[in-house]
Amino acid sequence: MKPSRRITIVASSLLVVCLTASVLLLRAIDRERTGATLEEVLYISSPTLLKRMSLGYDGLLADVYWTRAVQYFGDKLTRGSGHFDLLAPLLEITTTLDPHLLVAYEYGANFLAPKIPGGAGEPQRAIKLVEFGIRNNPNLWRLYYDLGFIYYFDLEDYDKAEKAFADGAKLPNTHQIMPLMAAKMAEHAGNIDTARLMWVTTYQTTRDPNVKSNAVAHLNALQVDEDVTILEQLVSKYREHTGRLPQSFSDLEAANLLRGIPTDPLGHTYKLMPDGHVEVRVPDDLPFLEKGTPIGYIPPRIPKLPPVN
Amino acid sequence: MNGRIAYIASNTFREAVRDRVLYNLIAFALLMSGAAILVGQISIGIERLVVINLGLTAVSLFGIVIAIFIGIGLVSKEIDKRTLYTVLSRPVQRWEFIVGKFFGLAGTLVVNAFFMALGVFAALFYVSRHFQGSDGWVLVALYFIILQFLIITALALLFSSFSSPLLSAVFAFALFVIGTFAEDLRGFAGLTKGIVRWLATGAAYLVPNFSALNVISSVAHEQPVARQLILSNTAYALVYAGVALCGAVLIFERRNLK
Repeated sequence: MKPSRRITIVASSLLVVCLTASVLLLRAIDRERTGATLEEVLYISSPTLLKRMSLGYDGLLADVYWTRAVQYFGDKLTRGSGHFDLLAPLLEITTTLDPHLLVAYEYGANFLAPKIPGGAGEPQRAIKLVEFGIRNNPNLWRLYYDLGFIYYFDLEDYDKAEKAFADGAKLPNTHQIMPLMAAKMAEHAGNIDTARLMWVTTYQTTRDPNVKSNAVAHLNALQVDEDVTILEQLVSKYREHTGRLPQSFSDLEAANLLRGIPTDPLGHTYKLMPDGHVEVRVPDDLPFLEKGTPIGYIPPRIPKLPPVN
Repeated sequence: MNGRIAYIASNTFREAVRDRVLYNLIAFALLMSGAAILVGQISIGIERLVVINLGLTAVSLFGIVIAIFIGIGLVSKEIDKRTLYTVLSRPVQRWEFIVGKFFGLAGTLVVNAFFMALGVFAALFYVSRHFQGSDGWVLVALYFIILQFLIITALALLFSSFSSPLLSAVFAFALFVIGTFAEDLRGFAGLTKGIVRWLATGAAYLVPNFSALNVISSVAHEQPVARQLILSNTAYALVYAGVALCGAVLIFERRNLK
């Protein structure tokens, strides 16, 4: 064998061995330093400075920061961390770099506003974010809708929700639902039908499958809450008439209080518990429930959203 | 264009096309356009945006790097290889040499931009599965990027006509960075008074305005570009490149090549 060929073989083999070893070592180091690569640090926290440093390529940098915000939120949600300290700054940087990145306002507000563990529990920061979006995109009714949504669901401030919907209704290219929402806020705020209308509107006015799926999950949860309330009322009525609790839904059926065995939105029959409470069979498949879950039930850290078809 | 300029331009084009670095840069830019698809998948709702932003940024930045690194060597290489003396011993004027070099490199950059743009549009088609009317604005953004190339090529030639390749690269890149802040500079000038104001305003108008030529972010959002802006930017880029080219010719005409 020629010396040059021998050197080639030795060098190539060494290269492969060293490369494999470096990958294995890096994996070992990563295991020892869990979370080190996702340290809670923003090296440059000033959005304005970042915009200047982007040399005019701020659109690309905004995409990078938005991706970072999504990854940060997803990672925190998966780990069940109750702290989302960097989420709001990341979203502020994203939207300062690209004030027209609507997805950052819509999703960002949905990340920030809901209570922990489903969100960051920072509705005021979510409002600040959406208001910044409205200042930069004043003709988009969707942002007013998002603002009203946060006031309605997360802060239960129905007056401000009404104002947000009413302001959005005045836009020249507004959606027909906006004046209706404003009127609903004035008359029936806090009503389950109003909540249902909002989620149906969200479902119908978005093209994003994730948002649709989230809306379906909330609509299912509202349906279960309503069903459970009605069924438990029927159980109380049965008890008043007979002086005892029903053993099953068949007893309610026999007493002409119910027609058939009731099912949840996923098609599973409800469970009637010995103490008269009504529960769903698979609570993990029905996230965001207020009622109908077993006592002491802890929902999964990441809500299981239904597929959209 | 006279025949001698066209001849020098075509030779410059052929020489630049033979440069392997050029192909590496184009390959890398195309790779980045492809990577945009992957980035879109780990984010939410920005697949199309990231293809346009990353694709056009890659075209712009790599084009500028090509313009600077080839542009700075156009004159110095000819001097080092002593081929300049052969050229100038023929009936070729010095100004024709500079202008020919400019058109040669500008042509190379236009061809490069065309191939890189094909990559961007392929990625865009892959993500959207169709083209839409607003994609036409991406072509306008590409056209503005080419206008940037014209300015930066002329500047690289200007610096290379009197300075070493390394310093020319530093000057050209520094001017590119300053040019992206041109509008801020004018804003700062507006805050000052007296002679400082005059000087600051003069400096602000002297540096090239690259910020007006960058519409990547707005076309990514499907926002139209005003026809007047297209006309004004075209005129500005041509005039500014003309200024830099005239400067290069003036210096090169007086340069002692012995």
